[in-house]
This record gives sequence, C-alpha cells and structure tokens, in this order.
Amino acid sequence: MTVEVRLPNILRPVAGGEASVEAEGASIGEVFDDLISRFPGLRDSLLTTDGEMHRHLNVFVNDDDVRYLGKLDAKVGDGDVVTLMPAVAGG
Amino acid sequence: MLLLPVRLWERVVAHCLDGLPLEACGLLAGHDGQVHEVYPTGNAAGSARLYTVQPKDLLRADRAAEGAGLALIGVWHSHTHTPAYPSPTDINQAPDPDWHYVVVSLSDTSPVLRSYRIVGGQAQEETVVTPA
Repeated sequence: MTVEVRLPNILRPVAGGEASVEAEGASIGEVFDDLISRFPGLRDSLLTTDGEMHRHLNVFVNDDDVRYLGKLDAKVGDGDVVTLMPAVAGG
Repeated sequence: MLLLPVRLWERVVAHCLDGLPLEACGLLAGHDGQVHEVYPTGNAAGSARLYTVQPKDLLRADRAAEGAGLALIGVWHSHTHTPAYPSPTDINQAPDPDWHYVVVSLSDTSPVLRSYRIVGGQAQEETVVTPA
C-alpha cells in the first residue's frame, strides 16, 4: 500500500524538507517503519523508547484519529492520506 | 510582533469567556505574524488548569487554513485565574518555535491578551498590534 504522509513544519527538516512524502505499509506501524528507515531522525518524534506511538503526536488516516483505530495497528489503504500533527497543549 | 485585527481579538476573547470556568483554546491562521483567521476549538482536557486542542478540531483548522491559502501560525488559550504569562507546562509543551503563543488572562476585571514566542524553553513576549 502506498500512502501520502503529510508532515508538520517541525518534522520537515528531518524528512528532506518535504511537506509530504509517500510511504509504504498496510498499517500505521508499517508506515512508521518505512518512514524511520528512510528518515531516522523521525523516530523519536513518532515512537517512544518502548516502541509505542508517541502520546503527543496526533495521527490521522484521512479524517480518522488512529487512537480509535488501534494506534499502530490501524489499517491503511492505497491512496490514504496520513496526517501527522503534534498535540497542541499546555496549562 | 503579532498583528491581530480587533474583530479577531474580540472572537478570541469571547471564546475564552464562553469557556469559563474551564480553559478555552483555539488556533491562529495567517502569514508572517499577521492573523487572518481564528479557529475556536474544543479543549479535550476539559480542565480549568490544562488545555489540549481537540485533535479533530486541529485537523479541521489545518485543512481550513490550507484551503484559504493560510497556515496555522499559533494557538491561544485562557488562564482563568493566573496572569497572561506562559506556565511551565505551556513552555515545555510548545510544539513549534515558529508559532505565536497567545495567553488570555481572565483573572482580572478586563481580559488581558499577550503573545509570546517560545524557543528553546524560553518565552519571549512580543508586541500585539490590533488594527481595526
């Protein structure tokens, strides 16, 4: 499966400066693996040291938040758009 | 410097007042420090001390801004009982050094709106200009 991954400004410098890149995979976990293999600098922004999805990262498949689709196990299909956005939070 | 037209300043403050007693938040869209649109969002934290922009609202605002030829350039949130200065939580969780971080204090009789740049764990206040 080939998906389009849209990157926020702060992740673009470690992904070749691109606003969006293509990635391969049948799940968010596989898409992340593909991204990290090509752009190792993305790893710490995508995954915790335990290999879980970073809790300060929002990941959407098209319009859907993957927190409700199994997180890294969320399925993706050919042509889907995966949007990464850092959580916006404070106190 | 942040250029925030007075009609948008009013929308930001109104959303903060509507959110009481909880913190309220929203996103700023524009270019080069000029705010052209504001997007009130839900506070997923549902708290008087914390805010988290509702993820779906974040996605919607990003798409709306892009569709309007704009970009998200910052966020605002209210402090219900403390001054308009970023808290340690605000500073630690600031996601983008290029963004403008607006804090609206509702602790006094009149709302106080201030804006900051947060880079390397340091908050630097910037001038807010509110043209008609």
